[in-house]
Amino acid sequence: MKVAIASNGNTLESGLDSTFARCNFFVVYDPETRAMEFIPNPNKDLEEGVGPASVQLLESRSVQKIVASEFGLKIKPLLDSLKIQMIVLKESKKTIKEIMVMLNQ
Amino acid sequence: MPRIKTLRKVLNPPVIKGFKPYGPETGNLSPEPVNLLFEEYEALRLCDYDMLNHQQASIMMVVSRPTFTRIYASALQKIARAFVEGKQISIDGGKVYFDSDWYKCAGCGCNFNNPEREKAIEKCPLCGNPQIVSYDFPGDDDEGNARHWEYVCVCPQCGFEQEHQLGIPCSHQVCPKCTHKMKRKGTPGCKF
Repeated sequence: MKVAIASNGNTLESGLDSTFARCNFFVVYDPETRAMEFIPNPNKDLEEGVGPASVQLLESRSVQKIVASEFGLKIKPLLDSLKIQMIVLKESKKTIKEIMVMLNQ
Repeated sequence: MPRIKTLRKVLNPPVIKGFKPYGPETGNLSPEPVNLLFEEYEALRLCDYDMLNHQQASIMMVVSRPTFTRIYASALQKIARAFVEGKQISIDGGKVYFDSDWYKCAGCGCNFNNPEREKAIEKCPLCGNPQIVSYDFPGDDDEGNARHWEYVCVCPQCGFEQEHQLGIPCSHQVCPKCTHKMKRKGTPGCKF
């Protein structure tokens, strides 16, 4: 069960980015094997269609949950049809490391 | 190349996977089933079970009214064919997404949804806390008790009120006095 986290930096001390699709880095984390991968977001500066492009990127890595502080308008129908769970952490000061520790439980 | 179909919103998957004919003749018939799509099932449910008209039902499925009528007509044709030719009906496929319900975790304060409606959520997917609250059943927590929706749309700008029309979201209504978008009276973030 892989989890993607929308991060604003590529360290464990970075926090959640304010948006999902235009975040700086995606952290793909597997709580079972404790493996993690930082993916620089290639779609960050696209004019439009950022949400679907980001979802496609994460789907190709068979992510089943996404943690972000906000999701765009077009994301929900897309994620619902792919059966990916959305976890919304609003105005959270938690770092990537803290979120990973929570996911381990 | 034809235009890509828009995703249709379906509230719940049907409780059964399909229907089988019965009787002494059924053995001689071809086992090839009629495939009723999820969107056609939903159209039939909204129209003939929930007794909505096509306009209201099309809003529920987030498609245009003509598209809804085409889906509905196709559903009736398929069911008629299955009845007359004695075929099985299998309910499967279609370009749909299922509307998922939202939950809130009391432990870490996160909101999350459940994309697989068949499985009930028991604990928070983030922190594993079993204290979760579903947004579908107000009354389980204090926040839910405080939420009393009225069937009145109100303008958040000038306070103009009008009766809410079922099937049309308040945010699609425009205030006739100050042309501001309307809101449901009593919703969070609405001062009136």
